Amino acid sequence: MKEQIHIIAAIVEHKPGVLYSVSNMFRRRGFNIESISVGPIEQRDMARMTITVKGDEKVVEQVIKQLNKLIDVIKVSRLDPESIVTREMALIKVHCDGAKSRSDIINYANIFRARVVDVSTESLMVEITGSPDKIDAFIDLMKPFGVKEVARTGITALSRGTKSVRIEE
Amino acid sequence: MVKMSGAQALLEALKKQKVDVIFGIPGGATLSICDVLYDSEIRHILMRHEQCAAHAADGYARASGRPGICMATSGPGATNLVTGIANAYMDSSPIIALTGQVNVFSANTAYMIGRDAFQEADIMGITTPITKHNYQVKTASDIPRIVKEAFYIATTGRPGPVLIDLPKDVQTQTGEMEFTDKVEIRGYKPSTEPHPIQVKRAVELLLEAERPVILAGGGIILSNASPELLELAEFLMAPVATTFMGKGCFPESHPLSLGCIGMHGSRVANNLILEADVLLAVGTRFADRSTGTLDTFCPDAKIIHIDIDTAEIGKNVEVDIPIVADAKKALKVIHQTLTEKLKKKERSPWFNRVQEIKEQLQENVSPSEKELKPPQLLKELRKMLAEDAIVTTEVGQNQMWASLHFKVYKPRTFISSGGLGTMGFGFPAALGAKVACPEKVVVDIAGDGSFIMTEQDLATSVMENIPVTVVVLNNSMLGMVAQWQRLFYKRRYSAVKLGSVPDFVKLAEAYGAQGVRVGSFNEFSKAVKKAIKSEVTTVIDVPISPEEDVFPMVPAGKSLKEMIEEGWSMG
Repeated sequence: MKEQIHIIAAIVEHKPGVLYSVSNMFRRRGFNIESISVGPIEQRDMARMTITVKGDEKVVEQVIKQLNKLIDVIKVSRLDPESIVTREMALIKVHCDGAKSRSDIINYANIFRARVVDVSTESLMVEITGSPDKIDAFIDLMKPFGVKEVARTGITALSRGTKSVRIEE
Repeated sequence: MVKMSGAQALLEALKKQKVDVIFGIPGGATLSICDVLYDSEIRHILMRHEQCAAHAADGYARASGRPGICMATSGPGATNLVTGIANAYMDSSPIIALTGQVNVFSANTAYMIGRDAFQEADIMGITTPITKHNYQVKTASDIPRIVKEAFYIATTGRPGPVLIDLPKDVQTQTGEMEFTDKVEIRGYKPSTEPHPIQVKRAVELLLEAERPVILAGGGIILSNASPELLELAEFLMAPVATTFMGKGCFPESHPLSLGCIGMHGSRVANNLILEADVLLAVGTRFADRSTGTLDTFCPDAKIIHIDIDTAEIGKNVEVDIPIVADAKKALKVIHQTLTEKLKKKERSPWFNRVQEIKEQLQENVSPSEKELKPPQLLKELRKMLAEDAIVTTEVGQNQMWASLHFKVYKPRTFISSGGLGTMGFGFPAALGAKVACPEKVVVDIAGDGSFIMTEQDLATSVMENIPVTVVVLNNSMLGMVAQWQRLFYKRRYSAVKLGSVPDFVKLAEAYGAQGVRVGSFNEFSKAVKKAIKSEVTTVIDVPISPEEDVFPMVPAGKSLKEMIEEGWSMG
């Protein structure tokens, strides 16, 4: 079976220890988390985890079943890659010590619809949002200037249209 | 709403769950709980090691079907429970572990969670992977709800251990307590009803089957589904093999019983299960010790898998028809649906083949009066015990001899550490079983290596009047490891010779128990008969040859059909 990236959305209790029990389950069962992003949702005391996992069909099925077994995990859904919007944000600090490189970086940033959010005499900080591929491509472009630091959020995703992962109250 | 302390609320909540006994050891962080237990009707049995407290709770649960409770203080008390909790987790046994913890809040002292306080251990972190769920109580008024939820989680769906960590200041804190019977856990809704379409498909397969085999696991015992299993097996005239954990769920004296499958399964079961064209597997997780290599396991069979845990379906073995349900309900529905389409099956060629193979492979154990051999000893033991007597085992050769040669007729009368394989489990589990079923005879089939791991609880059995019988099959070796070294490591005995210490007779006597050493079958019988009537625990020391092997055996990483027998040697 083919290994590919799967995106799983899990609605969980928003309380201490839940991230631990989720990540611990992945470690114990030998599943790899490619990325995980967590944040509270609009419903009371709940948080949403967007987890990307690499593996074949069998692996992702087991991941979902094992997630479902955790008491603090309320709902698990696998997002269909064909009908979702995925986004990642990155902050990238790039070395730049001259007017030429500064204007080059700003030009690239404009093309990628990224924004310069901080400037110093020796660096620029760029904020970029998009698919992980787009961010990879932008970072590659920045490499010749000297990438000093990168902070990426990991993927977050929502299904398009009326389909949603939420708890009926 | 009632106003009371956290410790009192705990006691009330436990009483509402009909808890009658707690196995534990007190300590600095459980003083307030022990104090409220002092005046209560709940029996607080003082164990001599926390591991034994957890195993005793486990034995209590398996013998009675009710959750077993153990308690320990913070830090080392809690960490000593860990092996017992992991054991219960692997075998899906419902136990509740109560642990003390350092303060949640403290003014002017560092005795507080997260400050590395005296006897602080992160028991929540430690037990997350070995509990079904765990709770740390931060506010006393949460105690009624948490206890209620803990029992609900431990005993429903696939049962398992739940831990409640109780900080010392929460125990003394007063709060408004609300005790309700409602449980509402939004992330936990176990489904128990079989899906009708899957049932229909399963029934169709079973109707067409020419060589059906039922594989019954520990789930049958947990869901009390033995009567339904028996009815279905007889209706279909389908032979029943059990996993080790399922031993006892189907009477092993029944013509349709094949015994256990697995690494030390019976010749009959290991051979016949591979011939199946339809395998109905119920309440089993297809453990590696049961199946042998997966690609050779039931190669011609369509597999129907009934399990209450969705995650077990397709985890190890690909199945044709998955049924996520309670075993009892699923078996009942399948049987009902079958009766609408078919009269009870008569003797088929398959039934005849089963009987033929059973006769052919019958073990010829002839009693040798000279040497005490475990197979005969266990057959003798069986004859002396009533059908409802409870037998526990330790882990290793003693356990596998028991699996092969000690026939079990009733569920919950054979209690052993299957998944984790915890040496030292049998004796404290026997104590727990005896507390749960004081009217029954309880015998621990032990090896010397295992028994010395938890023998200190002879003190508990004597002081708390919990009489059990321990039969030590004493080969002065860590026998199973020695067997593997004999067979696969050119007899290089690496760190397995225990020698003839301790003297188990003197050891027993030192604790105020009875000890007896036997040298013949006659003496053995006499000793057992006396022991099971005795009002004090008896240790029967049975010296056996250190060279004794358990056969047949399926070497690790082999197919069930590649059983090796006496006289085998590595090429």
